[in-house]
Amino acid sequence: MLEIKNLHASIDGKEILRGVDLVVPTGEVHAIMGPNGSGKSTLSYVLSGRDGYDVTEGEILFDGKDIVEMPAEERASAGVFLAFQYPLEIPGVATMTFLKAAMNAQRKARGEAELTTPDFMRRVKTAAEKLNVTQEMLRRPLNVGFSGGEKKRNEILQMALLEPKLAILDETDSGLDIDALRVVSEGVNALRDPGRSMLVITHYQRLLDHIVPDKVHVMSAGRIVRTGGPELALELEAKGYADYAGEAA
Amino acid sequence: MNAEPRILRTQAEETLALEFAAARTQLPGSPAIAAARENAFAAFQKQGLPHRRTEAWRYTDLRALLRTVPPLAIGPTAEASVLADPLPGLDRARLVVVDGSFRPELSDLAGIDGVTIRPLVDLLQEGDARIGLQVASLNDAMVSLNSALMLGGVAIEVPAGVRIERAIEIAHVTTSAVASHVRNLVTVGDDASVRILETHVGPAGSAYQANIVTEATAGHRAKVVWAKLQSEGDASVHLGTLAVTIGTETAFDHLTLMIGAAISRSQTFVTYSGENARAGLFGATMLRGKQHADIALSVDHAVPNGASRELFKAVMDGRSEGVFQGRIIVRPDAQKTDGRMMTQGLLLSEDASFFVKPELEIFADDVQCAHGATSGEIDEDILFYLLSRGLPRAEAETLLVTAFLAEAIEGLGDEAIGEAFEQISRKWLAARGQEAA
Repeated sequence: MLEIKNLHASIDGKEILRGVDLVVPTGEVHAIMGPNGSGKSTLSYVLSGRDGYDVTEGEILFDGKDIVEMPAEERASAGVFLAFQYPLEIPGVATMTFLKAAMNAQRKARGEAELTTPDFMRRVKTAAEKLNVTQEMLRRPLNVGFSGGEKKRNEILQMALLEPKLAILDETDSGLDIDALRVVSEGVNALRDPGRSMLVITHYQRLLDHIVPDKVHVMSAGRIVRTGGPELALELEAKGYADYAGEAA
Repeated sequence: MNAEPRILRTQAEETLALEFAAARTQLPGSPAIAAARENAFAAFQKQGLPHRRTEAWRYTDLRALLRTVPPLAIGPTAEASVLADPLPGLDRARLVVVDGSFRPELSDLAGIDGVTIRPLVDLLQEGDARIGLQVASLNDAMVSLNSALMLGGVAIEVPAGVRIERAIEIAHVTTSAVASHVRNLVTVGDDASVRILETHVGPAGSAYQANIVTEATAGHRAKVVWAKLQSEGDASVHLGTLAVTIGTETAFDHLTLMIGAAISRSQTFVTYSGENARAGLFGATMLRGKQHADIALSVDHAVPNGASRELFKAVMDGRSEGVFQGRIIVRPDAQKTDGRMMTQGLLLSEDASFFVKPELEIFADDVQCAHGATSGEIDEDILFYLLSRGLPRAEAETLLVTAFLAEAIEGLGDEAIGEAFEQISRKWLAARGQEAA
């Protein structure tokens, strides 16, 4: 599904990713952990195609195809989804309008017919109920006045509706209390699928109690420096990132 | 030296002087109106065309922008062609003014029983004392020029207590490269209610100049919704002025949508004559190419307990220039005035500019007045959020610009008009998206 080879990326001339190698097979959930400033968020932006990052070397193979030159919106339609660490507030754009525009834009790009309004409403209703997203929230402008937990639930709602092949979850646990964390995690777990890969980026191990990964990678100074099973997260929780700090200059 | 003698006239000013000299005896009106025309033209000549040092016109230098003036439109033209409906689907009565003259045979007066509609020419002949009253103290050269050369337009009178649901449109249509000076008079009685639409259209590629002055009064406890659509031809000059006085407990809501013309200026002067009146003034401007559009606002709180809200949004693409000048005056007696003004510009291109000049003149001590102004580009973080969900860039920008303008358009509080105006903004954005694609 996702194969990253020797990926180097910089922003404003400063190299942040310094040779990332990572393979996430179809249907697997991988976690990336690492100290602050190790390049985790940069990796999520570079994978989803944000402007402003220069990929200076390496490849990002998605379904076997290099997507480095592909614009963000085309990656999205191809099945890449990023759940933001800080979902943005967009005043004046109703959540429902946004959801419909996004779903239909992707369908259009893939040559599929646009959703009828009843079909769209039914899909939103089903997905929203599972995530405790109320009708009132859906009527409000996108993320405006939403609590941290509501914003994250809204991200997972979008993921459920857009049905990506690869979901990147950037610090989805940040700003969540225990109850909200459980709701969001259950939402993510419900979307685990043999055809869907996930990359869960987190600083803390607690998210991985809920979303148990197949593999854990440790990122430091712009590289993957260690890979292991779920037990690696527990080890990091116990020992901290001190062993890797030296590499995060 | 503190005086600045102006000896040299521009070519445009010379032409206007010759035209006034030739037309003065033919222009309609009673002897009193004829005398007023002379005074008005003298006032215009004294000031000349507004220029950079004319504070109220600072960013719209007509002396430089109006190199020439097209021939004056005199009397109704034979051609009765009316351009495409600028607001398709919106139900309203239509009063059609072609090249400066009211054309009853092109108008639709159904559904407004109780309202009196007359050609302004009739009032000019009678020497109606209301003509010129609202603009007497403006000291604005282009209004003076209009007072000198005004030809026709309509007079709308909504008697006391009459509440009209159907909107009434004054449709200003220009058919060829002429200069027209239109005067309208709108009188809304006590406890009356009315929705006025003001539209301005003309042919593309025609260098016509339209100077429209509308004088209005709203009595006590009246309710007035007023929406102006400036979608003039792309080579034209539009100068529009509305001067309105509102009475006790009156609600006056006004929206200006500026999308057309090469050079345009829309002035709104609101004076409070009674307490506890409320005015909401909103604007949405969409510019591209080399368009220049100036919105000038003056809100005069002359009595206590008045409230005003102003929200103006401008979107500028290409090399266009947007201007907003907003003045709130609070006179010494106007205690407990509550005025809030906000202007926001959205620049879609690096070559576009936005000039904003908020002015608060406060002479009372127990008031609440605030103003704010912002100018910026589309937020890159928000744009990426939309792109990352699969929205193409043009569609994402359209969504954001629509939302940006909607707040001002919806401020009017009239769903039908708001929807019709939003359609215009969507069309503008769709055309922009196609250019980008």
